[in-house]
Amino acid sequence: MIYSLYILNKAGTLIYQNDYGPTEKLSHNAYIRLGSTFHSLHAIASNLSPAGSSSGIELIETETFKLQCFQTHTGTKFYIIADPNHPNLDETLQSIYELYTDYVLKNPFYEIEMSIRCDLFDYKLQRLLGD
Amino acid sequence: MSRSTSNTISTPSSLNIVDRPLSKGKSEINLSSFAFLFSEMIQYCQDRIKAGHELEKKLSDMGVSVGPRVLELLVVREKNSKRETKLLGILSFIHTTVWKSLFGKQADSLEKSTEADDEYMISDNNMLVNKFISLPKNLSSLNCAAFVAGIIEGILCSAEFPARVTAHNVAVEGKKFSKTVILIKFNPEVIERNP
Repeated sequence: MIYSLYILNKAGTLIYQNDYGPTEKLSHNAYIRLGSTFHSLHAIASNLSPAGSSSGIELIETETFKLQCFQTHTGTKFYIIADPNHPNLDETLQSIYELYTDYVLKNPFYEIEMSIRCDLFDYKLQRLLGD
Repeated sequence: MSRSTSNTISTPSSLNIVDRPLSKGKSEINLSSFAFLFSEMIQYCQDRIKAGHELEKKLSDMGVSVGPRVLELLVVREKNSKRETKLLGILSFIHTTVWKSLFGKQADSLEKSTEADDEYMISDNNMLVNKFISLPKNLSSLNCAAFVAGIIEGILCSAEFPARVTAHNVAVEGKKFSKTVILIKFNPEVIERNP
């Protein structure tokens, strides 16, 4: 079960968030705050590496959920929060990235780095992640 | 002593270039490349318009200049092609041959309007040019297939069937996304000579 998906642009601003499981709804600002907090933690983590530079946070595991992050070459971050037993989050993130390159980046009405409002992207994500 | 007569076999390379059969050409291009190019075309048009409805006109104009070239190319490539003089002939040429060469499949349907004698409709449930396009709320009536409508208009006009061609979104029952209907309205003289 995937609980939610967050997409951050390279400046760390939340550009997409949606829930796919039974999660508590937060206010719009709370999601933005969570996104920026994660972005900062990710930046700190990548500086903490004792040997050379690190890629930052890739996986956070807890008793009740796990969070997996994928960063593209342009600095866009995708992270999903899922059930701790969920297998192959890597593949799921890869599929989400593919949908993003198709239905967001090839959409002439999408302005890069801005929030994503694309019906087709929503629909394809729902098909991929919803139950 | 007998001498074998050798037959000369002409190889393709020995043929003069004008005598060689016309190559069919590679029929497919990368969809992503097209999608990015089309996306840029739309953004280019958007930067050059004052009001939203002008976008369709701009896209259509771009298509109109493509149409005559598509027609010439297809007529050259088609075997035993002749000039279409019948209204239904040119319409089915567009519905099958043109659609196949542009989108790799036939259009889903070709219908005559029940309301007007001079109107015909070609519909496509999954318009290739709209595959990656989500319309913003303020432009929900726009259909980027206006470009395709322009191509059809260019073909019809250069084939001496002058018409106005427009693209529309039509909701389909039970489907989340609407289909594209290309509406062809012929000029009166075309209908007069085709009883």
